[in-house]
Parts: sequence; C-alpha cells; structure tokens
Amino acid sequence: MTDAPSATGGAAPAEDRPRAWRKPPFIANPWVRWGIIALTTAYVVWAVSTLPFDWQRIQDGIPRAIRIFKGAFPPSFERSGLLIEGFLESIKIAIVATLLGIGLSVPIAFMAARNIAPKPVYAVGRATIIVARSFHPVIVAILFVKAVGFGPLAGILTLTVYSIGFVAKMLAERIEEIDWGQVEALRAAGAATGITLLYAVIPQIMPRQIGLSIYQLDSNLRASAVVGIVGAGGIGATLMNAFGRYDYDFALAITLCIIGVILVSEAVSGRIRRNIW
Amino acid sequence: MLRIKDLVKRYGNDKPVLKNLNLEVPGESVVSIIGASGAGKSTLLRCINRLVEPSAGSITLNGMELTGLSSGQLRKARRRIGMIFQGFNLVDRLTVMENVQSGRLGYIPTWRAALRRYPQDDIDRAFHLMERVGIAHYANKRADELSGGERQRVGVVRALMQEPEILLADEPTASLDPKTSRQIMELLQALAAELRLPVLINIHNVTEAREFTQRIVGMRYGRIIFDGDPAALDNDAMDEIYAGVPAAEREEAEHTGHLREVAAR
Repeated sequence: MTDAPSATGGAAPAEDRPRAWRKPPFIANPWVRWGIIALTTAYVVWAVSTLPFDWQRIQDGIPRAIRIFKGAFPPSFERSGLLIEGFLESIKIAIVATLLGIGLSVPIAFMAARNIAPKPVYAVGRATIIVARSFHPVIVAILFVKAVGFGPLAGILTLTVYSIGFVAKMLAERIEEIDWGQVEALRAAGAATGITLLYAVIPQIMPRQIGLSIYQLDSNLRASAVVGIVGAGGIGATLMNAFGRYDYDFALAITLCIIGVILVSEAVSGRIRRNIW
Repeated sequence: MLRIKDLVKRYGNDKPVLKNLNLEVPGESVVSIIGASGAGKSTLLRCINRLVEPSAGSITLNGMELTGLSSGQLRKARRRIGMIFQGFNLVDRLTVMENVQSGRLGYIPTWRAALRRYPQDDIDRAFHLMERVGIAHYANKRADELSGGERQRVGVVRALMQEPEILLADEPTASLDPKTSRQIMELLQALAAELRLPVLINIHNVTEAREFTQRIVGMRYGRIIFDGDPAALDNDAMDEIYAGVPAAEREEAEHTGHLREVAAR
C-alpha cells in the first residue's frame, strides 16, 4: 500500500514510460537461472567424460551389427509353427492377465477413491496402486521368473501386477469424478452402501472401465513380448531363443510379426474405444 | 405430520445456516418454501432426510424422531421420505425402469436389485405410476435420452415408488422451461391430493408457489419470517423476504450459480 505512489494519480508522464519490452524470463531470479544452466552443463561434461565409452569396441561392433542385419535378410518364416505357437502363448498370457488384473483392479479402485472409501481403506488402496506401479514390468518379470520359474505363469503374474497399476489408478480417478447427485438420490431413498455403488457408481464408470480394459489388453499384448525376453514365456521367449541360436532371419520374422500384431491390436482397440467413449 | 423443533445447522464454526427453526407440516398439505439464495431452504430440506446432518434440534415424522437414528435405522426411515431434486439426479446410463425401481432399493434384497429381478408388485406399481405421469412407453429408454420434463417425471415416480409418507422437492422446476415447469408443479399438486401426501417444495418462482400451493413459508437468513396462505403474501411480506440488505446478499446471489455447481458434486 505505502510504496504504490502511482495508484494515487492518473497516467505516468510520457518521459517516464518504458520504451522497451522483453518477455520476462521463465525463472525470475538471475542467480537461480544462471546457476541451473551452469550446473547442468558441468554435470553433462563430467558425466560424459567419466562414463566408460570404449571407442575401439564401438568401432569393432559396427561390422558385427552389419553382419547381424545381413544375416537377418531375408526374414525366414520357415519355422512358422514355432512362431504361431509363441504368439498364441503371448495372447493367452495377455488375455488371462488382463482379466485377472481387471478383476482385482475394480475393488482396489473403489478402495483408492477418496470420495467413497474411508481414510484407512483409501490409504491401503493407494499404497497397493503405488507398489504395483513403481516397478517396470521387466523388473517384476525377473522377480516372478525367479519365484515361479520360467514360463507363462511368470508372465501372467507380471502382467496382472502391471494391469492393476494402470487400470486401478485410472478407474479410481474416474470414481472420484462421478456425479455425486446420483449417489445422493439413492442414499435418500434408503439404499444400502453396496447397492448404491452398484446402481449409482458402476453405471457411471462403466464406459471408462470398458475402454481401460481394451486398452490394457492391447498394452499387455505388447508387454508380453518384452517380459518373454527375461523368461516369462510367449513370443518374447521364442525371439530370445532365435537370437541365442544366431537365427537372425527367424528373429527378424518374429520382430515383423510383433509389429504387425501390435498395429492390428492398436487399430482394433482404438476403434472400439472411440465407439464407447 | 412433520414437526421440526429448534433446528440448528452450522457448518464447522461458521454462523449457523439454520437458527432455531420451527415448522409443522400436517398431513396432506402442499407447502412451498421461498427465500433468497442462501436463506437455508435447501439445507432445511436436506436436514429432514439427513443428507445434511443437523447440529441440534428435533425432527419427527409421524411420531418418529429422525435426528438420533443409527445408520441402519436411518436407512429404514429414509425409505419413507421421497426426495425430488433440481438436477433430477437420475442415473443417466440406466433405463427408466431401473431408475424408477431404485426407489425400492431400500426394500428389496440385494440379489434382486443386482440381478434386476424386481418383485412383481413393484413392476406393476412402476407401470401404474409411469402411466399416471405419462412416461410408461419410455420404460426401456436410457434416462439420458429423455427431455428435462420427462426426466423430472421419472424423478417423481422414483420418489413415489418408495411409498413415502412425505415428499421433499428441492427446486424441482428450476432446471425446466416455464411450460414444463408448470406441468411438473401441477403434477405434484395433483399427486399430493391423490395420494394424501404432505409435500415440501423449495421454489424460486413465487408466482408458481402462489398458484400451486396452499401454504407459503418465507425464509431469510436461516429463520422463518413468513408463514401463511398465498393471499397473505403481500408486497410488504415479499419485501421482507427478498429485498433489502445490500452487499452480503447481492454477493451471495451472484455466487449462487457457482455454489450450486459445487454443491451438486
């Protein structure tokens, strides 16, 4: 108030008016601004200079890479039986994991919705989601392969955890956005809590639930190829074996098929989700 | 007979919204409650079925004290209190029949509700009431496909399915166009007479209040300052209810639209 003299009178005299204008910097404090730039530069220089880049090995690697690519062309579909078997297993893993994951996600999502769950339940629900989200599926897969051995079971468990992390989180957020009036109307009619959830909440979140399920199936199919590489079954395992036996042409065939399957599943899931939302 | 004695409602440590309010509604009467936005009309209605928890006082419906009930008892008591909302509050993605039957959810077993196997009596009653208000042919339509007036009719039928002993209507016509609004008021008036139901209606439209109800209650700042038949509501009384007090109320009126949106969440 006290140091605002211009507030007392009209416009400033013409000679006091500024003539130049520049966009205010993103970070106002110049010390902070230049400090961040200097620190980042210094760190990058230090990091690059200390990382063990062995130029000799990189040079030696280039012809090896060329040899691999040469060996990969043309892709070989000779052992298509193995290929199809791998894909079928991947699809099985993805579907079972999606169903399991969604089945578990719905109750967890209700637990993790602030407007519905009591505080302690909410904390448990959120914690479950955070734990399920905190590790990349490959790390989870390594754990499960150690725990239950090589094969599709490890893949299913991994992708179930992965599905919970995503579906439960998104669904909980949708539950927090529901129109509360519909819940209020049923409560006013004397409906019990469980039946209120069934009648007033589930219908509101249904479109999102279906969309998320289809997206997750698509996503699990993609992830099942990756977790297969660390031993969790499916086409990833087939791909890894092909590499192990230097069958680069077969590996390329598998890779192409993975791309094809993912393109198809993405198109299908995109189309279904558009029609639902 | 609804009897409210010394009802107080305050949110947190703010000034009370309802201040020692007393009101008696004998059976079969249709009462409109008028008053500026923020006068406490909606809070009063919601205290009766305890969607809003009263801070003090007593509310009895046909001899049953509503304020002290445990949550299980409250659910049972709520079945006897039908409520109609400004925003209809239908479940948009369910069919009209499911919405109508949700008025019975307090009565029927969970498995019946979950599987939509409603008792024959309830289905008969639903079709009877839907015919009465002219929406029977919409039974299988989704609620969000209906027009505003039709949706409010579904809301009315849902409330009546409860076989209520009283109807609470919180600005039931405020989201409707003038013509539909009159139709709904006529309907409420007629149903109250047919079913011998007391009806409490919060309403902004004073003309409609005069025309369709026998008794008008005027509220201001959490108190009842007028209670009489429409003829007694003269200009002086209107001025007292609406006019006057400058800044606070004007500001409130300007923010009401926003507040209502927030409250509806």
